[in-house]
Amino acid sequence: MNRRPSLFAFSAARCWGVVLKEFLQLKRDRVTFAMIVGMPVMMLILFGYAINMDPKHLKTMLIDADRSEFSRSFIMAMHNTAYFDFVGELRNEAEGEAALARGDAQFVVNIPSDFSRRLVRGERPVVLIVADATDPAAASNAIGAVTRLAESVAWKDLGGALTRLSGSAPLFDVQVHRRYNPEGITQYNIVPGLMGIILTMTMVMMTGLAMTRERERGTMENLLATPVRPLEVLTGKIVPYIFIGLIQATIILVAAITLFNVPFVGSVVELYAVLLVYIAAALTVGITISSLARNQLQGVQMTFFFFLPNVLMSGFVFPFYGMPYWAQVIAHALPMTYFNRLVRGIMLKGNDWLDLWPNLWPLMLFTMILMGIALKFYRRTLD
Amino acid sequence: MVTLSESRVRRSEFAIDVRGLNKYFGKKHVVNNLSLQVRPGEIFGFLGPNGSGKTTSIRLMCGLLTPDSGSGTCLGYDIISESDAIKRSVGYMTQRFSFWEDLSIRENLDFVARVYQMPDRKTSVESALTNLGLKERANQLAGTLSGGWKQRLALAACMLHQPTLLLLDEPTAGVDPAARRDFWEELHRLAAQGISVLVSTHYMDEAERCHKLAYISHGALLAQGTAQEIVEAQHLFTWAIKGKMTDESLTQLSDVLANKAGVLQTAAFGNALHVTGRDPVVLEKTLRETLAELPHEMARTETSLEDVFIHLMRTAQGKKQ
Repeated sequence: MNRRPSLFAFSAARCWGVVLKEFLQLKRDRVTFAMIVGMPVMMLILFGYAINMDPKHLKTMLIDADRSEFSRSFIMAMHNTAYFDFVGELRNEAEGEAALARGDAQFVVNIPSDFSRRLVRGERPVVLIVADATDPAAASNAIGAVTRLAESVAWKDLGGALTRLSGSAPLFDVQVHRRYNPEGITQYNIVPGLMGIILTMTMVMMTGLAMTRERERGTMENLLATPVRPLEVLTGKIVPYIFIGLIQATIILVAAITLFNVPFVGSVVELYAVLLVYIAAALTVGITISSLARNQLQGVQMTFFFFLPNVLMSGFVFPFYGMPYWAQVIAHALPMTYFNRLVRGIMLKGNDWLDLWPNLWPLMLFTMILMGIALKFYRRTLD
Repeated sequence: MVTLSESRVRRSEFAIDVRGLNKYFGKKHVVNNLSLQVRPGEIFGFLGPNGSGKTTSIRLMCGLLTPDSGSGTCLGYDIISESDAIKRSVGYMTQRFSFWEDLSIRENLDFVARVYQMPDRKTSVESALTNLGLKERANQLAGTLSGGWKQRLALAACMLHQPTLLLLDEPTAGVDPAARRDFWEELHRLAAQGISVLVSTHYMDEAERCHKLAYISHGALLAQGTAQEIVEAQHLFTWAIKGKMTDESLTQLSDVLANKAGVLQTAAFGNALHVTGRDPVVLEKTLRETLAELPHEMARTETSLEDVFIHLMRTAQGKKQ
């Protein structure tokens, strides 16, 4: 009699056998095991401590042409909101523009020379604050705080002479210019940043697996037995992905401009040059991973371990200066931090090479260091 | 390049000439003082149990691994300092199929030809396809090939750059007898053209097809020479016992004989039991006494290569323990 097993027949003992086997295999795979513990810890630290949607202590520079008691007390009031850290003084508006373009300052406060005179006369002078609004989320709370300031500044500071002026209306106006993204459109910030996300994902993962695949399938031994040299293998594996990366970036760029109307004020040549540098950086990460990972699964896991902090800490979604100092230090070791600034700098701010350089050389350094590590780990012989 | 390496072979007389090779993996002594010489045009069989260090030895000889001590030449090139030159003139076939399964046969060969910088790539690939009968399957993906065809592809690929020495690591594992026979005929054709072949195998029939053999166990060379020399060197004598016996009684008999005087080992060959010993007089006496009451036929037979290898393996294990 031929009894066909029922579809629903379930043996707990057999199933337990599979459970045990899985646990045994998991125990042997150290990298997976480390990821199981490491991922939640990393996420907890990042979301719990590093990410802050209400960034304070933003770098602010000052053009104080008035240099009066009044201007000083206004600055002090700004400082007391905790949103602004005054990091330097500038002479004129041109310097202010440059500081914003380079990202040296997120805000430039411009107090006109006749500020105190007009204040005393009750002419409601204007304080101009120019904000880098490429990331609207990062700037909005600070802007909110400073506009309220005009109403709430303690006029006791201004002394008895002016008490006659204190009424319901503010004594002066704060005018905020949102540079680069006056309407505060989120897409302006996110879409160029997406380029970094896509490139990191594809470049790191694809190359991370390219070499591991050779090892896992046993074709590595064959490659090693041929006269082909390590540098030739590495280069040969990288070149196709450079093309793929450029195509991906182009797709995003075209979509950014046509679908999302993201402005493009910089130079296309600059953008592609920066893209190439970033692709190189991401590829070296991939190659390093593929020299370290024993199999493709480990390669994917390591990719994610690299990818997540890059997404979360680079300023792509969460404001960079909202993070505590230690997190900013870590983020300065991540290539996407620089890439985000470079892409936004070119597309939204129209940065020139001089403006780009402070964020460009760290990327190049990163690439060179990782290239060294990757070459060191790639073994010519099998021993 | 071929003529250059040929001249160097002549100068060094041997295709492979290694002396005192040692290799450790951690504390494990994988290759122990290995010395061997392979002449041009010779098919040299490399035998030994699993994990005896055959693969490691082959990798040492072709420059994929660096020995911890010892020296030698391969095609006249130093195995330590000139591994690049060795790689260019040696065809190495790995134990596991190591070509790209997601490439077609032609694409695989084309890649190999490019890596070896073959001057006339297209022609070489086409003639390799024709020679090994891969023409009709040229566009088939390597991953979809059966074992025998994969092995043909591997041989075609490692022959593509016209090496003068082939290092084949268990090339016929998992290949059917007909394909194995074809493969060996091809090897003999190549040897006749002056190409040297070092081939590791577990098959006795293949061992007997080699011009010369080496038997290695625990990384150490235990015997070397022609099949006949190896058999004779062990001075073993074998009787074949036949009779109207069932498998069960044959097994019983084997157990009974195992601990008797003069018996080194027994092995069942179909309906016959081969009993091997070192001293023919003692062995014969033991056999006659034990078998006196049983219906049987008993005859001297030649000690086979397999008997010798099993003997070598057991002695090596005995020494180890």
